[in-house]
Amino acid sequence: MPDVTKTPDVTKTDVLIVGAGPVGLFAVFELGLLDLKCHLVDILDRPGGQCAELYPEKPIYDIPGWPLITAQGLVGRLMEQIEPFQPQFTFNRMISALEKREDGSFRATTDEGEVFEAKAVVIAAGGGSFQPKRPPIPGIEAYEGKSVFYAVRRMEDFRGEDLLIVGGGDSALDWTLNLQPVARSVALVHRRAEFRASPDSVNKMFGLHEEEKLRFQIGQVTALAGESGVLRSATVKGPHGEVDIPCTRLLPFFGLTMKLGPIAQWGLNLHENLIPVDTEKFQSSEPGIFAIGDINTYPGKLKLILSGFHEAALMAQAAKHYISPAERIVFQYTTSSTSLQKKLGVA
Amino acid sequence: MTKLHIIAFDGTAYDIDAENGSTVMENAIRNSVPGIEAECGGACACATCHVYVDDAWTGVVGEPESMEEDMLDFAFDVRPNSRLSCQIKVRDELDGLIVRVPEHQG
Repeated sequence: MPDVTKTPDVTKTDVLIVGAGPVGLFAVFELGLLDLKCHLVDILDRPGGQCAELYPEKPIYDIPGWPLITAQGLVGRLMEQIEPFQPQFTFNRMISALEKREDGSFRATTDEGEVFEAKAVVIAAGGGSFQPKRPPIPGIEAYEGKSVFYAVRRMEDFRGEDLLIVGGGDSALDWTLNLQPVARSVALVHRRAEFRASPDSVNKMFGLHEEEKLRFQIGQVTALAGESGVLRSATVKGPHGEVDIPCTRLLPFFGLTMKLGPIAQWGLNLHENLIPVDTEKFQSSEPGIFAIGDINTYPGKLKLILSGFHEAALMAQAAKHYISPAERIVFQYTTSSTSLQKKLGVA
Repeated sequence: MTKLHIIAFDGTAYDIDAENGSTVMENAIRNSVPGIEAECGGACACATCHVYVDDAWTGVVGEPESMEEDMLDFAFDVRPNSRLSCQIKVRDELDGLIVRVPEHQG
């Protein structure tokens, strides 16, 4: 009988790279020179990892050949450098499950159910996946998913609710303005009257506050009240003491933090949330799964972008051998090899 | 050398000889003070090296600059004496400085 259960679309690639930070991006280059096509998956909505999310405007001084380059600048140059290899990207996704198949290839599933099949896997996940910061309000876990949300997937879910939005950045301000017409009431709590958000949004927010269409309260949320995950009110400690703000939904926007996440469940040996590798192949305890960059550990490891680049080059040789054990790899230089230059689109 | 006293949340005091020009965060990390995470490595790009400056020292240490204030928005239980320890540079006047590590870095 034919199988009538719907199978999800499967994306096939040579190498699946988990994490699109600088080291994951450079791995595309090294693997590309060996004719391996790559697909990168990242939880963020753009390439660059920590460089893009934590410190895009900060200068980096230890990239060989660049006396000074900003983190975002480096990401831009890497994207340019790997362009000839046409890497594929899937953003806003986390690889939640990874299994090895009998033929030595891999099947990976994202948190949204997309499936990838790859001949080798490279974990270049840095400090893990970026996840929203949970404010340390006692008992907040009990409300998560019912009354407390760290992202807005559908605005309709908030129609007619009494919202309490916390934070002072663009996410907090944008959602305050976007949800204000939909919600029954909106209160914005921030610890001071200055914001990190665009001045236009801030002005709009203060305008609505003046018109009493929303409430802006200076302070920090210290306690929640409600039953069985259903929120009733939040206590806000401000400069003039505590106030209770009635609310049915709480949306904290405190930025992102890094968590190892599902990698811990892939059956790999871990050491203090890092993946031990050898320094010849940068392979994990599972043949065919490699780990490069900040996520790996070995004697003498330095968490430097330049070390990750070196690891990517050696890993690529090992990954090629894992995928095509019979093929002899001829070592070549990009300066002189016509075949490499053809791959780079310059010959 | 300048003496720093970094007090962990459990009350353990770390008495550290710090070099002038280094940051309080670097000294905390070097001496494995629990509760100082410094996720971004000192770029003033996260808020995981948050400390409370002892009241007697707030005047000498000074106020955060605007970029640090912005980052403190991501910290928790921020108080008037809150600072990011990566933005406090050790200097002679800070000899004997006392800072306390909060319960969480978020």
